[in-house]
Amino acid sequence: MGETEAEADVETSAEAETKTGTETETGSASRADSEANAERIEGTTAATESETISETASLTETPLRVDDLHKSFGGITAVDGASFDVESGSLTGLIGPNGAGKSTTFDLITGTIALDSGSVYFNGEDVTGLPPHATARKGLVRTFQIARQLADMTVLENVMLAPQHQSGESLWRSVLPFARRGIRREEGELLTQVWDTLDFFDISHLAHEDAGNLSGGQRKLLEFARALSTDPDMLLLDEPFAGVNPTLEKRLLSHIHELREEGYTFLIVEHDMDLIMDNCERVIVMHQGRVLADDAPEAILEDEQVIDAYLGGTV
Amino acid sequence: MSTSPDGDADTIAAGGETDQETPSVERGDSASAGPDNEGTGTGDTVGSFFDRDITLILAVIGGIYLAYLLAGLALGFEARGLINVVARLTFLIGVFSMLALALNLHWGYTGLFNIGVVGFMAVGIYTMAMVSKPVGTGGSAQVPGLGLPIWVGIIAGVVVATLLGLLVALPALRLRADYLAIVTIAMSEIVRFIYMSGQFQEFTLFGAQLGTGGGSGLILNYADPLAALLAFLGLSEVYDGLVGAVSTVIPNNPAPVVNQFVYAALLMGFVAGFYWLLKRTGESPFGRVLKAIREDEDATSSLGKNTNRFKIKSFMLGCALMGLGGILWYMGQGAVTPLSFRPQITFFVWIALIIGGAGSNTGSVIGGAVFAAVLFEGPLYFRNLVVRAFPVGNAPTTFGEALSPLLSALDVIPLIAFTLDNMSTLRLVIMGVVLVLIMKNRPEGLMGHRTETASTIDLSRPERRETRSDSTPATAADGGRSDG
Repeated sequence: MGETEAEADVETSAEAETKTGTETETGSASRADSEANAERIEGTTAATESETISETASLTETPLRVDDLHKSFGGITAVDGASFDVESGSLTGLIGPNGAGKSTTFDLITGTIALDSGSVYFNGEDVTGLPPHATARKGLVRTFQIARQLADMTVLENVMLAPQHQSGESLWRSVLPFARRGIRREEGELLTQVWDTLDFFDISHLAHEDAGNLSGGQRKLLEFARALSTDPDMLLLDEPFAGVNPTLEKRLLSHIHELREEGYTFLIVEHDMDLIMDNCERVIVMHQGRVLADDAPEAILEDEQVIDAYLGGTV
Repeated sequence: MSTSPDGDADTIAAGGETDQETPSVERGDSASAGPDNEGTGTGDTVGSFFDRDITLILAVIGGIYLAYLLAGLALGFEARGLINVVARLTFLIGVFSMLALALNLHWGYTGLFNIGVVGFMAVGIYTMAMVSKPVGTGGSAQVPGLGLPIWVGIIAGVVVATLLGLLVALPALRLRADYLAIVTIAMSEIVRFIYMSGQFQEFTLFGAQLGTGGGSGLILNYADPLAALLAFLGLSEVYDGLVGAVSTVIPNNPAPVVNQFVYAALLMGFVAGFYWLLKRTGESPFGRVLKAIREDEDATSSLGKNTNRFKIKSFMLGCALMGLGGILWYMGQGAVTPLSFRPQITFFVWIALIIGGAGSNTGSVIGGAVFAAVLFEGPLYFRNLVVRAFPVGNAPTTFGEALSPLLSALDVIPLIAFTLDNMSTLRLVIMGVVLVLIMKNRPEGLMGHRTETASTIDLSRPERRETRSDSTPATAADGGRSDG
């Protein structure tokens, strides 16, 4: 991405297309296609170089790659040929005006809703059309824009639910006396972790409260905590900081950075541009179901199309 | 005017019960408030919590018995009548508690809207009957069975009910809640009509003669299950001794009374078994996923849980228990007919669950007991009491005949007699009224307000974490409880 920064100007969307390595552009991307061709002639060596790099490194360095996603609801085309990838260990922002298709893209990636066409690769594996639980099991976990707390369960139960591979999720193990003893031990170990998580997210005083009684911001925290407790490789966070107070937001961000250094990958939908600019090393801008720009934050800020579509003249 | 005798009715007969129950329910509230307050307290809350729930259930059932017995004694019922009353009451409490517990797994835990309970019951008992009825002797009008032992029949009945559950679940669980409801009630009616159909009255399966008996049903002419069980356990002599002891109180043919009583007591053992099984199912990571599915299936699957598998497992387990419930309900009776399996049984079970509070196993048992005692049997018992205390004579046959003396001569007796005579119909009205009142005033039911935490352990913060950092948190959280 670094060497293309200079060119990343009006051509950013075309750049995004070439970067994903889709040689089979459809008609919907034809405008971008022609621009991409122009681009390719201009800097042939740079393009081929980056392509070979991305191909060899696609297994490890771009855990998430989506190709030409399409989804329409009735007459509305929510996602219209979105293609991008996310680098390993990065904190990537996904921004765009309302209705740009950000949340739907999340839904399509995780299989929450079925896609019309396109493909999704996670850690080099084709996860297109897998049901949500299967993508989550592969380490790709999302949160929802409107927090989906499990209202009639306590905060503790909510978080205890999340860890993967709990042997107590087998019915017979839970019931039979001997096997149950093992489950109790396992749950005891889990419980300590869960309390630590609650402490971290500053909701341990609510541990025994029903999740339905939490405030909006606390629900966001709970959902974040829950998603993190699945121990994912990559988290798709849909407006994780909406309604979270600034102090806590800072803590969460620093925690996200820590996790990122450990190798976790984050894709965040967020409307707070300052937050995006300060924390993300890459920003994907969506508009009308397509990727409008995909670049470093500084370049995004100067991108005419992005300014027109999303940021407005004042930024 | 027509309702006022009922109002009195409830305060006299059912009144005894409500007097007994109200305090016990309040006790329930305070008992259940306890663990919440102590939530962060000592490690043995789970143990005492469990005990307290058992105590609560026993208190409610004891209160019901007391009310029935006191009312019966006050009006001078004989010992035989009293034992019969208690046996019948125990039987009803048993079957409704079992079925409410099974339904609670579906609806209270997993959020599966099953309104086909009676279909699974029917499949259970019919399969059991067809397997266990004696082989055809020829010439008799009675439909033959496979002639296998009763326990084989019971297992077969439970297995077939479970498989029917799977069959219903596979297509229906892909649909949203309301569609599952439609599929289940349709299934229960299909089952009933299949048993009613003459096509399957008698048929040959792999060379064996068997059948459903069609509209006339099946006579359950296998060996008496209770006698068979007692013989198997070697308790026949103990039983004979019991009959002998009872004969001092009831001189005239005590065996049927004792029989009924022992069978009902056995059912309570099954209730305990259901309760144990479902409590463990609920208080586990498995139960946690079920609860999560009830709350938000999408969110649950986004956390890597294969919700369909959990739903199918839960549905099948519940159906198995419903099949067993059906078997235990009808096994001891002389015959089953398709008429016994009309959807109203399903709704009785639902009322029991709603009274008790969906999501609580303790509530399911209490709901089953309260429903059986107050709404199902209460009005009939009340009628018997009133008729005994104040003989009202023959009831008029129509409502008009009942009403005209009241209007012409202010004579309420015919109306009262008519009301009492139609009590078994009227109790459906009472159930409806009670249901409306509950939904309006306490939609969460008697026990639905509390949290029955879905975990094998107490989820309080492991206390000794700081002080004893050398010990593993597992042992700290386990707290030495041996309820494993």
